[in-house]
Amino acid sequence: MSETPMSETGDTFAFTAENLEAAKAIVAKYPEGREASATMPLLTLAQRQNDNWLPRVAMDVVAEMVGLAPIRVYEVATFYTMYNLKPVGKNFVQVCTNISCLLKGSDDVFKVCKKKLGIENGETTPDGQFTLLEVECLGACVNAPMMQIGDDYYEDLDATTTEKVLDAYARGETPTSGSQAGKRVGCQPAGGLTTLNGEG
Amino acid sequence: MLHDRDRIFTNIYAIHDVGLKGAQSRGDWDKTADLVKKGREWIVEEMKASGLRGRGGAGFGTGMKWSFMPKEASDRPHYLVINADEGEPGTCKDREILRAEPHKLVEGALLASVGIGAHVCYIYVRGEFYREAEALQRAIDEAYAAGLVGKNACKSGYDFDIYVHLGAGAYICGEESALIESLEGKKGQPRLKPPFPANCGLYGCPTTVNNVESIAVVPEILRRGGAWFAGIGRENNTGTKLFCVSGHVENPCTFEEAMGVPMKEMLEKHCGGVTGGWNNLKGVIPGGSSVPVMTKGMCDSALMDYDGLKEHGSGLGTAAVIVMDQSTDIIRAITRLSAFYKHESCGQCTPCREGTGWMWRMMERIGEGNAHIDEIDLLEDVTRRIEGHTICALGDAAAWPIQGLIRHFRSEMEARILEKAGTQAAEPVHAAE
Repeated sequence: MSETPMSETGDTFAFTAENLEAAKAIVAKYPEGREASATMPLLTLAQRQNDNWLPRVAMDVVAEMVGLAPIRVYEVATFYTMYNLKPVGKNFVQVCTNISCLLKGSDDVFKVCKKKLGIENGETTPDGQFTLLEVECLGACVNAPMMQIGDDYYEDLDATTTEKVLDAYARGETPTSGSQAGKRVGCQPAGGLTTLNGEG
Repeated sequence: MLHDRDRIFTNIYAIHDVGLKGAQSRGDWDKTADLVKKGREWIVEEMKASGLRGRGGAGFGTGMKWSFMPKEASDRPHYLVINADEGEPGTCKDREILRAEPHKLVEGALLASVGIGAHVCYIYVRGEFYREAEALQRAIDEAYAAGLVGKNACKSGYDFDIYVHLGAGAYICGEESALIESLEGKKGQPRLKPPFPANCGLYGCPTTVNNVESIAVVPEILRRGGAWFAGIGRENNTGTKLFCVSGHVENPCTFEEAMGVPMKEMLEKHCGGVTGGWNNLKGVIPGGSSVPVMTKGMCDSALMDYDGLKEHGSGLGTAAVIVMDQSTDIIRAITRLSAFYKHESCGQCTPCREGTGWMWRMMERIGEGNAHIDEIDLLEDVTRRIEGHTICALGDAAAWPIQGLIRHFRSEMEARILEKAGTQAAEPVHAAE
């Protein structure tokens, strides 16, 4: 499903000692003879170690570990959208533009991102700090519009708060995730609780 | 309307401690061993009596599904697989369970496993929910440390292991057989059925795949009795449900309500109503992106449950309610969904692989008015050729929103085309010729 061509870099890849331990723990989750189940979690581990992208050599290392022909692992790595097959920026900004976010102003959020970062969808800033990507529903719809940076969700955004969050990342900070509107923390109604408020 | 005393998810906003101690103070893990010891048959019967229907969208009876698992033990182990690959646009309820009520899920996984004769459970969490998976893993670690899961879980004599498996971004893995493929380390492409997972699922072994919410309500149902759950809502549509309301309401939010609650009352009580008032409502997609849109006229009287929404040609789906007011460009909204299905088609079946792209391109052109009126019928015809002609329901899910749009908002599509034709006498374009 990914449209990015597979990277052909000649770099080497090896799990760090710490990640090698983590990898063993992952493989142990699955029954004997079913090591192939660890393919995706190991690819994820490799990507997280490798500045958030997966070179082909890393796929080969994973293939070796789970006992699959490399082509089987390439198939997996190119099917799932979260595997980045080429380098991405330090801060990976993914903006949801699906229906709930669209209805609540994701156009503005995406526009601000493009303007602020000076890049288009799928591009990386020349300094390697940011990659911007329009993505499908990230499952935080009652907190729309939202974007994900790295592992964190930034929700209830508007043009101003989007800019603030990006500014903070540009300064090397990680702002508090969750709702940015200042009216709630999670998915409760911003106008005040209508359930679980001790009224029966 | 539901009272707090009948709410299952009493910490869904994570206002209180989400850790084991907090969960136990709210009643989780209370005498779980007693429930385990009542045994497989009792659990399945109690679940059947509750009337719980799968909360992932399809609405199949949970107790019934469990009863399909082989009764006799063989050399093939049984597996419970929990579907936390939440990705249906509009849906964000399982996320709240994962991060705010993870102990309900872990305890439910143990009890459900007893119900199907499984000793191992995998929870497949969508990859983007990294923080949520961390929260769930913390709860699992706590449960292991306290002896609630693992060998001799809760000192019940039952061995039970539970693992988190992270996905990596593919909506299709929410389909149960694609999820199993993915869990086996392959591309997430749905399998042909039969055989069904209950006979031949994960690693070719008997497997039950259940949604997060379906499993998380199990402990409370077993503690309070199936009859209690069945007493909420109405026949065939029993119990409580997490609703997530997004879009054009004053306060979008997630909350637990009784099944069968009137839509209008629900939106007004919990969400502060439709922006600009009820009369400013244009339409509602009541169950996640895959169900057809409803008009305001239908919403006036609709009840929020399986049968209530089916009556209006739509469905409860995941109970993700997407509200659109009069300001909505509904053609654009549905086109965005078409783009989504095109992106998420796994490419296995031709009608879906080719058809989703086809439908999206036609929707784009109609949205710009750059089409001929006849093409609305052509588009409708194309949706019928995809619907029901694919291995899994993604083809149907891609077709239904467009069918709903044509059924209820055809005049808007025609107006868009005529408006464009008026400004520039465009040559009619026929996509199929």
